[in-house]
Amino acid sequence: MTTVSQWRLRAGAASSSAKAAAGPAGTRRQQRLALLALAPALTMFCAFWLLPFARLVLMGAEIDRGSGISAYLAILTHRQYLISLAATLGVSLVVSITAVGIAGLAGFFLARHCFPGKAALVAILTFPLAFPGVVVGFLVIMLGGRQGILAQLSQWLFDERWIFAYSLTGLFVGYLYFSIPRVITTVMAACETLDRSLEEAARSLGADTWRVTRDVIVPGIAPALLSTGAICFATSMGAFGTAFTLGTRMSILPLNIYGEFTNYANFAMAAALSVVLGLITWLALSIARKLAGSSLGAPA
Amino acid sequence: MTSSVSITLERCGRTFANGHTALHPLDLSIAAGETLVLLGPSGCGKTTTLRIISGLESPDAGGRVRFGERDVTQRPIEKRDVGMVFQNYALFPNMSVADNIAYGLKIQRLPATEIRQRVDEVMAMVDLQGFGERRIDALSGGQKQRVALARAIAVRPKVLLFDEPLAALDAKLRDRLRIEIGQLLRELNITAVYVTHDQAEAMALGDRIAVMQAGRIAQLGTPQEIYHRPSSAFVADFIGAVNRLEVIGSRPQGRLVVHGGELHGPHLSGLPSIYCRPEDIQIVETNVAAIQGCVIQSVFLGQTQRLMVDTGSSTPLQVDAPSREHWRVGEVIGLTIPPEVLFHPEQCNSQRDVQEVAHG
Ligand SMILES: Nc1ncnc2c1ncn2[C@@H]1O[C@H](COP(=O)(O)OP(=O)(O)O)[C@@H](O)[C@H]1O
Ligand SMILES: [Mg+2]
Repeated sequence: MTTVSQWRLRAGAASSSAKAAAGPAGTRRQQRLALLALAPALTMFCAFWLLPFARLVLMGAEIDRGSGISAYLAILTHRQYLISLAATLGVSLVVSITAVGIAGLAGFFLARHCFPGKAALVAILTFPLAFPGVVVGFLVIMLGGRQGILAQLSQWLFDERWIFAYSLTGLFVGYLYFSIPRVITTVMAACETLDRSLEEAARSLGADTWRVTRDVIVPGIAPALLSTGAICFATSMGAFGTAFTLGTRMSILPLNIYGEFTNYANFAMAAALSVVLGLITWLALSIARKLAGSSLGAPA
Repeated sequence: MTSSVSITLERCGRTFANGHTALHPLDLSIAAGETLVLLGPSGCGKTTTLRIISGLESPDAGGRVRFGERDVTQRPIEKRDVGMVFQNYALFPNMSVADNIAYGLKIQRLPATEIRQRVDEVMAMVDLQGFGERRIDALSGGQKQRVALARAIAVRPKVLLFDEPLAALDAKLRDRLRIEIGQLLRELNITAVYVTHDQAEAMALGDRIAVMQAGRIAQLGTPQEIYHRPSSAFVADFIGAVNRLEVIGSRPQGRLVVHGGELHGPHLSGLPSIYCRPEDIQIVETNVAAIQGCVIQSVFLGQTQRLMVDTGSSTPLQVDAPSREHWRVGEVIGLTIPPEVLFHPEQCNSQRDVQEVAHG
C-alpha cells in the first residue's frame, strides 16, 4: 500500500530525470527502453513481493479467530496486543539509543586514537556481527540464564541467583550485543570522512572540546548515527532468533506472529501483526533516511 | 580593532612521529601589524610553521612561540586569539552564513544585539551584505572564502593566519580576492601570516616574504630584496624566471666571457656563473650587441613575449621582448645586459652580510 505508492513516486521521479537528461527527440525512445530494462525487475517485484504482500494485507483484514473482529481492529483494541506492541517498540528503541550512545562514543574514540592492539580490539568488538540471533540468545543465557555466569557469581557473593536472560532485560542485552558492532563500524567510517579543518576552525574561534563535539563532530556524524540507529531499531523489531532462544513466552511481536501462526493457526492475526511490524520498521527507516538527508544537505 | 601583536618563533622545529623532519629548528620574528608570507614549493614546511604559530601543532622540545612578550608555547589554539582561513574554507555546513560568522562571538557570549551588529559590520567589509541567511552550499567558492574571512576577523583576533586561501579558486577570482585581502590586512593593521606557493600572491601581499625550502627558511626579506637579490639559486629560480649564464673565461677590466659573447661585470669577477632576469636583457642591433644568439622559440604572454635564445650554452637564454614585435624562429638577434642587473646569489649574500655588519 504505502510502499507501493512510494515505489510509484520513485519510478516517476526516475523517468522524469531521464527525460531531463535526454533531448526532446530521444525522450520517447529512451522511456520505452527504460521500461524494457525495468521489465524483469518489475516481474520479480510483482511475483515475489507485491502479490504475497497484497495477500498478507488482505488476510490481516479478515476475522480474527480469538475475538471475532477484523484482526487489525483486534490489535488496536486488545490489551494483550497493545502491550506486546509497546514492549517490542520500547525494547527496540532503548536498544537503538543505548547502542548509538555507547558505540558512538567508542567508535569515535577508536577512529581518533592510535594505540597498540587497536586492530585486534576492533576485530573483537565487531565479532558479534558474525553470529546469528540464535547464538546471541545462547550467549545471553550463558551470561544471565539459570546456570549463567551472573547467577553463579551472585549465588557465591550474595547467596541468591540473579537471572535476567528470560525477560525483556535479556532481550535488551542480546539486541545490544549485535547492535553495538554495527554502530561502531558505521561511526568509525563516518569519523574518517569528517573534515578536520572544521574542528580546527571552531577551535581557532575559541570553541572548547565540548563545543567542538556539539557543533562540529555530532552534526558531522549525525546522518551516520541516525541511519545506523534506525537500522538497529529495525533489526531489533524483527529479531526472532534471539527472542526465540530466550523463551517463547515473552510477548513481543515476532514471537506473537510465530505463535498465532503455528500454535493457533490464526492466520488473520499473524498477517495483521506482520503488516504492523513491517509498517513500523519501514516508517522508522524512511524517517531516518529523511532526517539524515536533510540534516547535512548536499555533500560539499 | 585590537592592537596587533608581534610573533616570535625561537628554535621551532618539528619532527613527526614517523621520523620525518618537516621543519628544522628556525628563528623567525614577525613585527606587529606586519604581513609575512611563507612561500615555497609543496611539502617545504609552510603549513607546519603556520600550525605551530596557531597552536594546532607544538614545536619539538626547546622551541618557543611568543606573541608579544607572552610565551604561548603551551597554549592550545582556542586560547591564542588567532583567526584562521583555510584552503578548503572549513565553513560549518549546518549553519547559515550569519551563524558561521557569529560562531566565535557566540562563544564569547556577547549580547545578541552586539553580535548582530558585528556580523553586519564584517559582512560589509567582505562585501557579503544580504547573504546572512544563505546556506553554505548555496555559495560560490569565492563567496565561501569571504565568509571564512569574515568569520575569522569577526572575533577581532590578534593574529590572522592564512593557509593557501586562494589556491582552490580560478585565476580571475584569485586576483580579485587577493587585492581585497591585501586591502583588508592594511585596514585592520593586523599581524598576518600568509602561506602560499604562488610567488605573485606572495609579492603582492607580503611586507616580507620567507622563502622556504625543505624545512628551512632559504631567504627572508622584502619582495624587492627577494626578487632582485635572491640569496640562492633556488630562491632566484622560485621567484620569477631567471637565467644562469656560465662564465667560461675572463678578460681584463671585468669582462666576462659567456656563451655567445662577452659581458661587463666587474663586481662579479671570479664567479663560475652569473644570473639575470629575462626582463633585464635588452634586444639591440647585432653590430653593437654584447652577445648574439639565435631565436629558437617565442612564447606569447600577453603583455610581453618570452624569447628562447640559443647562445651555444646548454640551456637557452630567456629574454622578454615587447609583445607587438615579431621575431622569426632561426633569426639571429643581438643582446646587451647592463652590469647592474647581473647578480650572483652568493654575492647577494655577502652584500647583505656587509650591510648587516654595518647596521649592527
Ligand atoms: N602529521 C604529519 N605526519 C607526518 N608527516 C607530515 C605530517 N604533516 C606534514 N607532514 C610532512 O611534513 C612535510 C611538510 O608538510 P607541510 O608543512 O604540510 O608542507 P607545505 O604546507 O609546505 O606543503 C611534508 O613532507 C609532509 O608530508
Ligand atoms: Mg600546506
